Amino acid sequence: MSKKVLDRLASAFGDRILEATSFRGDDQAVVAPKDWKEIAAFLRDDASCAMDHFLDLTAADYPERDGPRFDVLLFLRSTKLNYRVRLKTRVGDGDSLASLMSVWPGADWGEREIYDMFGVKFEGHPDMRRILLYDEFDGFPLRKDYPIEKTQPLVAYRNVEGIDKLPPFGPDEGQPFSRIDWNARLEGKDLPVSPAISVQVGKRKALSQGSEDVEPVSEE
Amino acid sequence: MEPFYEEHEDETSLELPAEPMKLNMGPSHPAMHGTIRMVLELDGETVRDVDIQPGYLHRGFEKSCERGTWAQVFPYADRLNYVSPMLNNVGFSLAVEKLCEIKVPDRCTYYRVILGELARISDHLTCNGATAMELGAFTPFLWIIKVRDWVWDLLEQETGARMTHSFGRIGGMAAPPTPHFKEATLAIFPEIDRAMLETEKLLLHNRIFLDRTQGIGKLTAERAIAMGCTGVVLRSTGVDYDVRKTNPYMHYDQFDFDVPVGHDGDNYDRFMCRFEELRQSMKIIKQAFDKMPNTGSVTSDDVRFVLPDKQEVYHTIEGTIAHFKLVMEGLKPPPGEVYSFTEGGNGELGFYIVSDGSGTPYRVRVRPPCWYNLRTCREMLIGDMIADIIPTFGSINMIGGECDR
Amino acid sequence: MGAVNLADVMDGSFFTTRFEDLIAWSRRWSLFQYPFVTACCGMEFMSLNGPRYDGLARFGAEAPRFSPRQADLLWVVGTIVQKQGPALKRIYEQMMEPKYVVAFGTCASCGGFYDNYATIPGIDKVIPVDVYVPGCPPRPEAVLDGLMLLQEKIQTGDRGPRIVPPKELPRLTQLKKKTSTVLLALEEQKRLEAEKERASALLAAQHHDDDELVER
Repeated sequence: MSKKVLDRLASAFGDRILEATSFRGDDQAVVAPKDWKEIAAFLRDDASCAMDHFLDLTAADYPERDGPRFDVLLFLRSTKLNYRVRLKTRVGDGDSLASLMSVWPGADWGEREIYDMFGVKFEGHPDMRRILLYDEFDGFPLRKDYPIEKTQPLVAYRNVEGIDKLPPFGPDEGQPFSRIDWNARLEGKDLPVSPAISVQVGKRKALSQGSEDVEPVSEE
Repeated sequence: MEPFYEEHEDETSLELPAEPMKLNMGPSHPAMHGTIRMVLELDGETVRDVDIQPGYLHRGFEKSCERGTWAQVFPYADRLNYVSPMLNNVGFSLAVEKLCEIKVPDRCTYYRVILGELARISDHLTCNGATAMELGAFTPFLWIIKVRDWVWDLLEQETGARMTHSFGRIGGMAAPPTPHFKEATLAIFPEIDRAMLETEKLLLHNRIFLDRTQGIGKLTAERAIAMGCTGVVLRSTGVDYDVRKTNPYMHYDQFDFDVPVGHDGDNYDRFMCRFEELRQSMKIIKQAFDKMPNTGSVTSDDVRFVLPDKQEVYHTIEGTIAHFKLVMEGLKPPPGEVYSFTEGGNGELGFYIVSDGSGTPYRVRVRPPCWYNLRTCREMLIGDMIADIIPTFGSINMIGGECDR
Repeated sequence: MGAVNLADVMDGSFFTTRFEDLIAWSRRWSLFQYPFVTACCGMEFMSLNGPRYDGLARFGAEAPRFSPRQADLLWVVGTIVQKQGPALKRIYEQMMEPKYVVAFGTCASCGGFYDNYATIPGIDKVIPVDVYVPGCPPRPEAVLDGLMLLQEKIQTGDRGPRIVPPKELPRLTQLKKKTSTVLLALEEQKRLEAEKERASALLAAQHHDDDELVER
C-alpha cells in the first residue's frame, strides 16, 4: 500500500536499503545501523514521504540467527499522505544505535524501553535509564535467555510460617510453566516439544526451600 | 537573606532562595491512578519540569505471551486497556488473522464492531467520569458509573463477564450474540444520552470546571504528531486522525459517523471530544445492528485455526485430533511478522506480532497509545500549576495496564 | 451475651468486655479506607462505590483517606509489581494500629496469572493480609462478602487471614443435597401423581354424593 515510500527509498539510497519487502500489506525496509538516523530523517524530511507521525519504536530478539541478534523497528506514518512504513535494522549484543530523539522527540521513551527490555543503548539519548523496571534490576527481561520466572524482589519477602510461593500448579498438572526452555535451546540441548507437556518439565521449589530457579529434569 | 530592618528601595533587591523544589507525587496517589510517579520540579506552585516515571504496573505482558499459545494471549490482552477490553481482544484477533489470512464471516465482524464500540463507550464514560470526580464533581461520576454498569450488564450477558471478557478468538468470537442483544442495547442508549446530558448541564457552565480545563494542558498539533500521540489527545489538537477513517477495517467504511476534532488541545477539548465520540459510537452501533445478519456462524470455518464443532470433536477422529493439536500445540500461523492497528480507546492500538511458525508466539508487541500520550503529558504540564496536573493527567486517559503492559 | 456472672460484675470485667465489644462495633462500622488502586480491579472498585452496589457507604467504609496516617483499612486493589513493593510496604508501615488489609482481586492475593519476573506473587509476601477476595476481577458482591467477613473479624478480634468463599447458586445446593436430578424428578413425579389421585378421589366422592342426591 505504501510501495511509493519503498521506491523512493530505493531511488534515494540504492544499496543502503538492504531489503525492501511487502508482506501482508506491510511495507518494510531494512537498513544498516550506521544509516539508521540518516534514513529516518530522510523519511521525515522528504516531501514525497513526509513521515512526520512517529508511531512506535520496538525491538525483537533473535538469538539463534547468524548475525546481529536484535531487530530494532521503527513504525512511521505520514499524516498528509497516509503512508505507513516500517524501518528495521539489526543490532548486535553490546552495540548501540543512534538515537532518533532529534528527529522525533517521541522516540524518547521508546528507546528507553528498548534499553530496559533488551539492553540496546542509544547514543545521543539524554536520559538512558530504565523506564519500566527499577534500577536495581539486573538483566534484560525480553531477551530470550532471561527466564520468565526469575524474580528480583525489591522488598524481601516476609518470613511467615506457611506462606510460600508454591508453583501455581504441580509440575505435571495444568499449564506447564513455559513451552520453550530457551536456555536449553540456546545451548543446543533442545528437547523435542511434546504436544502434551512441553519441554520444560521442571520442578519448582517453594521459596522457603531455597532458590526459585527451575531445574529442568532430564528427559529420556 | 538580609535583615528586615534595613532599608531597601524595592523588594527585588532581596536575595531570596530560588532553587526549584522537588516534590514527589508518588505512585500511590489518587490522581496518578495509582501507577505513575511524577517527580516535580516546582517553582512555588508552578511546575518547571516533571519527570514522569511509569512502570509501576509493568506486568510482563510481552514476555508472558511468549510462554503460552496464540489463543492464550487473549486473557493477557484483555487486561491491557482494561476499561475497554473488547477493543484489545479484537485488535489482537485482527493481527493474527492478518498474518494467517483468515476471513471471518460478516456476522462476526459486525459483532466485533458492536462489542468494541460498547467497550469504547465504557472507556470514554469512565475517563470523563473520573476526570469530573477528580475535579470535585462527584455526582456526574455516580451517574456515569450507573450507566456504565448497564453497559457492563450487556457485556456480561453476551460474554459472561462484566469486565475482562476474554471473548475474542482467532477466527471469530467465542459465542454468537444472544437473542435479545439488540433490544437490550438499544434500550440503554437513551439512558446514556440522558446521563451525558445531565453531566454536561452540570459541568459545562460551571466556572470552576471551565477554569480548570480550558486553557490548561495545551498541546500543539505539531508537537503531538512528533511525539507520537494518537487518539483523542491528537484529535483535540485539530488533527483528524482516526484509524477507523484513514485505514478502515471491519466495515467501518460503510458506517456513517463523524470524528470529533478539537482545536486548542487543552483539557476541555479532550473532555468534549470524548463525549462526542461516545455519541458517534452509539450511532455506529445502531448502524451495525441494522447491518448484522441474524443467522450464521460467528467463527470462520478454517480448520487450521478454529476449534472444530463439539459434535465433530466427539464423533470424528479428525475433529478430535484437530481439537487436540489446536489446544495443546496452539494454532500455527505462517512464519512472518505483521503489524495490525485499530482504533483503541486511547488511540492507535497496534499489535506487532512475529511468528516462527510454531504454536507459541515469538514476539508480541503492543503499541500502547497512552505510552506516548503520557510522555507528551510532560509538555502539557510544564508551566501549569500543581492543581492542573489532576485534570490534565486525567484527560489523557492513562490506563496503567496498557501503558506499562 | 448469656447469663451474667456476679463475680464478673464485681471485678469489672463484664464492663470491660462490653466496652471492648462497643469499641469493636464502632471500628467495624467506621472504617477509613486507603484505596491503593493499581489495575483492572480498580474499575470494579469504582463500580463498588457506584450507585448500584453502594458498597462501602452502606458499611460506613466510604470515606477514603489518601493519607495512611488517617486510614485504618488498606484496600490493595490490583496487581502489585516488584517496583511498587517498597511503596506498598511503606504505606502499610505508616498506618497506625489497628489496621486491616484487604487483598482485592487475585493479583493482590496470589499474583494471579502474572507469574513472572515483574509481579509480587501476592501482597502477603510483603504485608500481612486480613481478607483475600479472589476474582479477576471479583464481582462487587464478592467484595462486599469480603468486607462483611472483615467486619466479623473485627468484631471477634480474629487476626488470622480469611478467604471469601465462592457462593453457590441455591438450586445447586439443593441439587447437591439430593443424590441426583433423576431422583429429584422421580420424587416430583410421585408427588404429582399422589396429588392427582387425591383430587380424583375427591371428585369421585363428590359425584357419588350428587348421584345419591339425584337418586333421592
